[in-house]
Amino acid sequence: MALLETSKYSQGSVLGSVNPDLASERQTASFCVEKLTALLDGGAEQTRIRRAVVEAIQSDPVFSSENQYFQTQNERYEAAVRKAVHLQKKMHEMGWTENGPEYKYIYRALSGDVAFLLHRVFMRSISVLGSDKQIAKWIPLAAQLRLIGSYAQTELGHGTYLQGLETTAIFDIATQEFILNTPKISAMKWWPGDMGRSATHTVVFAQLYIHGKCYGIHPFIVQIRSLQDHSLCPGITAGDIGPKMNFEAIDNGYLMLKNVRIPRENMLSKFCEVRPDGTYVRQGSQKINYFTMTAVRISLISDEVLTPLMKACTIAIRYSVVRRQSKLKPGEQEAKILDYQTQQEKLLPQLAAAYAFHFINNYLQELFDRGYREIQRKNFDMLPELHALSSGFKAVITHHSTAAVEICLRACGGHGYSLLSGLPSLYTKILASCIYEGENTILLLQTARFLIKCFMAASAGQPVPPSVTYLAAVKPGKCPAKNKSDFLSPDIYTEAYQHVAVRLISSTAAKLQDLIQSGAKKYDAWNQCTVQLVQAAKAHCHYITVKNFAETVEKLETKAGIQRIMKHLCDLFALHGIFLNTGAFLHDGYISAAQMDMVTASYLDLLAVIRKDAVPLVDAFDFTDKSLNSALGSYDGQVYQRLYEWAQKSPTNKMNPAYERYLKPLLHNALSKL
Amino acid sequence: MTMNADLRRERAAATFQPLLLTHILDGGPERTRRRKEIEALVLNDPDFQHEDLNFLSRSQRYEQAIRKSSLMVMKLREYGIADPEEIFWFKSFVHRGRPEPLDLHLGMFLPTLLTQATPEQQDRFFMPAWNLEIIGTYAQTEMGHGTHLRGLETTATYDPATQEFILNSPTVTSIKWWPGGLGKTSNHAIVLAQLYTQGQCKGLHAFIVPIRQLGTHEPLPGITVGDIGPKFGYDEMDNGYLKMDNFRIPRENMLMKYAQVEPDGTYVKPVSDKLTYGTMVFIRSLIVGDSARSLSRACTIAIRYSAVRHQSELKPGEPEPQILDYQTQQYKLFPLLATAYAFHFVGAYIKDTYHRISGDINEGDLSELPELHALTAGLKAFTSWTANAGIEECRMACGGHGYSRCSGIPDIYVTFTPSCTYEGENTVMMLQTARFLVKSYTQVSSGQQVTGMVSYLNDLSRQRIQPQHVAARTVTVRINDPVSLVEAYKARAARLVEAAAKNLQAELNHRKSKEDAWNRTSVDLVRASEAHCHYVVVKLFAAKLSEVSNAAVRAVLTDLCLLYALFGISKNTGDFLQAGILTSAQITQVNQHVKELLAVIRPNAVALVDSFDFHDVHLGSVLGRYDGNVYENMFEWAKKSPLNKTQVHESFHKHLKPMQAKL
Repeated sequence: MALLETSKYSQGSVLGSVNPDLASERQTASFCVEKLTALLDGGAEQTRIRRAVVEAIQSDPVFSSENQYFQTQNERYEAAVRKAVHLQKKMHEMGWTENGPEYKYIYRALSGDVAFLLHRVFMRSISVLGSDKQIAKWIPLAAQLRLIGSYAQTELGHGTYLQGLETTAIFDIATQEFILNTPKISAMKWWPGDMGRSATHTVVFAQLYIHGKCYGIHPFIVQIRSLQDHSLCPGITAGDIGPKMNFEAIDNGYLMLKNVRIPRENMLSKFCEVRPDGTYVRQGSQKINYFTMTAVRISLISDEVLTPLMKACTIAIRYSVVRRQSKLKPGEQEAKILDYQTQQEKLLPQLAAAYAFHFINNYLQELFDRGYREIQRKNFDMLPELHALSSGFKAVITHHSTAAVEICLRACGGHGYSLLSGLPSLYTKILASCIYEGENTILLLQTARFLIKCFMAASAGQPVPPSVTYLAAVKPGKCPAKNKSDFLSPDIYTEAYQHVAVRLISSTAAKLQDLIQSGAKKYDAWNQCTVQLVQAAKAHCHYITVKNFAETVEKLETKAGIQRIMKHLCDLFALHGIFLNTGAFLHDGYISAAQMDMVTASYLDLLAVIRKDAVPLVDAFDFTDKSLNSALGSYDGQVYQRLYEWAQKSPTNKMNPAYERYLKPLLHNALSKL
Repeated sequence: MTMNADLRRERAAATFQPLLLTHILDGGPERTRRRKEIEALVLNDPDFQHEDLNFLSRSQRYEQAIRKSSLMVMKLREYGIADPEEIFWFKSFVHRGRPEPLDLHLGMFLPTLLTQATPEQQDRFFMPAWNLEIIGTYAQTEMGHGTHLRGLETTATYDPATQEFILNSPTVTSIKWWPGGLGKTSNHAIVLAQLYTQGQCKGLHAFIVPIRQLGTHEPLPGITVGDIGPKFGYDEMDNGYLKMDNFRIPRENMLMKYAQVEPDGTYVKPVSDKLTYGTMVFIRSLIVGDSARSLSRACTIAIRYSAVRHQSELKPGEPEPQILDYQTQQYKLFPLLATAYAFHFVGAYIKDTYHRISGDINEGDLSELPELHALTAGLKAFTSWTANAGIEECRMACGGHGYSRCSGIPDIYVTFTPSCTYEGENTVMMLQTARFLVKSYTQVSSGQQVTGMVSYLNDLSRQRIQPQHVAARTVTVRINDPVSLVEAYKARAARLVEAAAKNLQAELNHRKSKEDAWNRTSVDLVRASEAHCHYVVVKLFAAKLSEVSNAAVRAVLTDLCLLYALFGISKNTGDFLQAGILTSAQITQVNQHVKELLAVIRPNAVALVDSFDFHDVHLGSVLGRYDGNVYENMFEWAKKSPLNKTQVHESFHKHLKPMQAKL
């Protein structure tokens, strides 16, 4: 620990010189950090582009996030709008385009702290759901920010279940308009981003009525604010829904519509059209639209889930080698807290999970790219599998990563609780991902439905999609491991995961059939099995993740120590999963009680092995200090110095009126009469 | 406004009277009456009204809290409320269960003066502090040092020439960091520092240090003090930092009831340090109670909202059902409801035991203290971890709206989560309990009997007579019988304590250092502690059932107790399978029975959270309102949001309009 003299730390800053406790961790790396970074980026060229984008953004003062922990919701919102506007200019200056290689790094460089994200969803929905004519009209306007869009689907009383939405759009043949209404309070649009203050237009999802007949949910472009003075349009009530756990910068909004009339041409009509005479026409296949929704679930994993998870690991692990507490050996210096087995047990599995999810995300991306190519050739065969995978993995990865970030937060003790650690914001942001784009429990049940169907098909000898062919090859048996090192064999643990997945899926399928055969209605039987179905879906995703990690490791180049350290992480990820769910593996005796003790022993041994490379493994994520925005996690490890300097900037350290108003009378014997 | 029809139906269908259960939670009808009386005093008092805190900045929240705290102190004395529990209620209603800047003054500064100051010091400091001319805090934690007290770096060096102590913060890591009320509010602090006299370090001692000028409230020369900045929660608390540079205080400012420094610098040792155990036990018992209350509040919100919210379809063609009818929703919430009840009873047990033993302390009988100290360390960790995770599950179970501050659950979570860290970091607490368990195990191994909650370890020695592993022992577990389930948990705890102790011994045989061996076994040791605590909770819950006289209330509590115990098994099946306590077939039955209990508890769910009897103002949740009129009130709430202060936000004029003009 850099023990600084009183005079020294009150005058000059030591920020910049690396804390020796952190520096020593970097000297002993067993692998080449730069090579691992390139692997994570998908090549050294990608690393170069990413760094250039991050540098261009973070060196521009307009994009600064300094002091943001001290700002109010209003200030955060204003900063986000300022950045969004400036970004237009910046992209033009830098020659970055939406199709260029730089584009995907911009959001990461801004840490998502920018307005008009829903504007992009607005544009995408028009591109996907709009006719060519509508696209030609709206997209250029939106691209130039002549108007600001939002996407209004969720209502106060209705979320994941779209058919339940209550907003109405009634076609009026006389005027060739739709009349939009919010018939009751629970039908108010609630949550859409950018809608509370910024948006001038929004895509509203409403029940379409023609001649008194309901045709179900359709999308409509509705102008909500004036393009001149930004005041609300007639019939529109809109505003901000108030403070949330995070997303202070985003004006999530509400919207009430009262007899709002829009022209017939404003219904997005690629798939469904209302003709002037009120005839309702369906056209084309909606499957591509369905695919888009599915793809969104996968696309959020990288920026919204992996990035915060990796940042949290970086902060917690760096801090854990700077923080010293208690003594491991009498007479020695206090130990780095990362040297405690219990601290390793908290953090290192989260680090392994970050890598595991990075690789499964690559796998999913490739699968979706392939799916997209197939769909363009009008082959929709992959859709059910892609849908099941996207639902299940969105749920499993967001859930697991959210829990992981919270573990990182709590592993930093008191200082983790300070906003200046950066961890509370990472946590409150990532946890929203468990809810948006489909509530996790509901998504897992969708995956389960697919698994049960495939299991039945496989049992009947019918063909099933590639990711579930293992369901057909049910083989009873026991885990063949004889000693603890056998559990470092990917074949051994992958088979164990497979066995559990098959057992849970098959036993739930059997239970469902039993219930139905004994007279239960199908939906009742389903509801009675949902707890098990959720477990089965998780087991499936866990198995695929482990299998994919193991296969990825096998293909890595052996040079520069990368493969070896990734193998350790893969082993840790797999064994930690068994350690946490011993019951699932013991249940039918696949793993015996004695073997389970070997799993535990092997798992605990691995902690000590990975401990040595913990800091290089988070360094490889390659976050700048500005991206981390953490007093605990900076590259130089000058934790205490930074914490002290940042705290002094807190607005609460300016004189507070509370003293004059309340404390002074209090201290000046207002109470002495008592 | 009338009550939401769904909630009205739920309440009508309950099989028991919630008020009777409220009496049990409060400790009798008279306590309930008195609590509600105090609640009314506060809630009907216009002085304690204010705008929704969610819309205020941190500085404004601090200001409101200070305003209310000062009024609170005056009114408590005006009403003559002096019983600690009644003060606690009053404070909870004033601050709606949130921390406040005088917490450390009332909860630590004054009590420390009472227990550790000499009569002369009490004369000088107590009455001014009682009258709030002196506002104090308790400055222990440093930037670089928390749970491990011996590592603190602040020094107090005695100067016999002037008969003063010279206080210093020698490093950046030694700056006092976190004490509540230190940043802006206090003018004094009790500072813990390493005492140096006659060239020797005598360890940690407590000193009364003035930090701000009386009158101007400006920091004194040599003192650097301020607020540590924004946190996850605790917005109204000015957690502070304190740096001292050659700051001198008179010799008489060292708290000298026990240890003393004489004018010439001679150090006189304290008689016993066991006494500090008592305070720690007391504070931990408060945290266990807080775990129960915080989880109860979150459950109240989530369960009421789940009865109001309708979504999707269960049966084709029928209206959308209440989400509380989905098995997955019940599976998320009902075990937490059962846990909240379990923790209430554990909290009450510790408090009673503490009061019983502290009676003994005054008579000098401390024999039970080490066990209680060890037990409460683990229970503090066990309950706060569980409640922490449980509150988040409740929030998640409320979907998107749970994420809004109007749900109130974010606030409960951020206020509660630091209790996993303060008053002893949870992992360290678990290891303290483990140390006691291993010690007890060693005693049993060497042929001695142990008593109290660990007495089940005695059975291990009896088994050792037979050459059988403990795992081979069969317990006949009846999964419908709480008493039998207590035995199952006992067997699990015994097995895990034995396994950890054996692993520790094996490590000791391999390695040189005791500390190394301990560290390499610590994951096992934490598991053993958790199993022990889990057993204690199940045992106390089951024991409570026989005390309940009303049959309907006993029936519903029995359901909850069974759910708590069985759900715990289903979440830890591996432990029970591996130790051979339950067979796979029994595990399958347990899982099935859990789901049956969910359906049994379903009709009573709302009545069970009503029994916690949280007033709407205290609950602070739009989703959890007693009348269930959720959506109307969400809209009303949102309209007050700061972003809605003007119809057109100033960002439009500043950024959007200029940009659109340029394009």
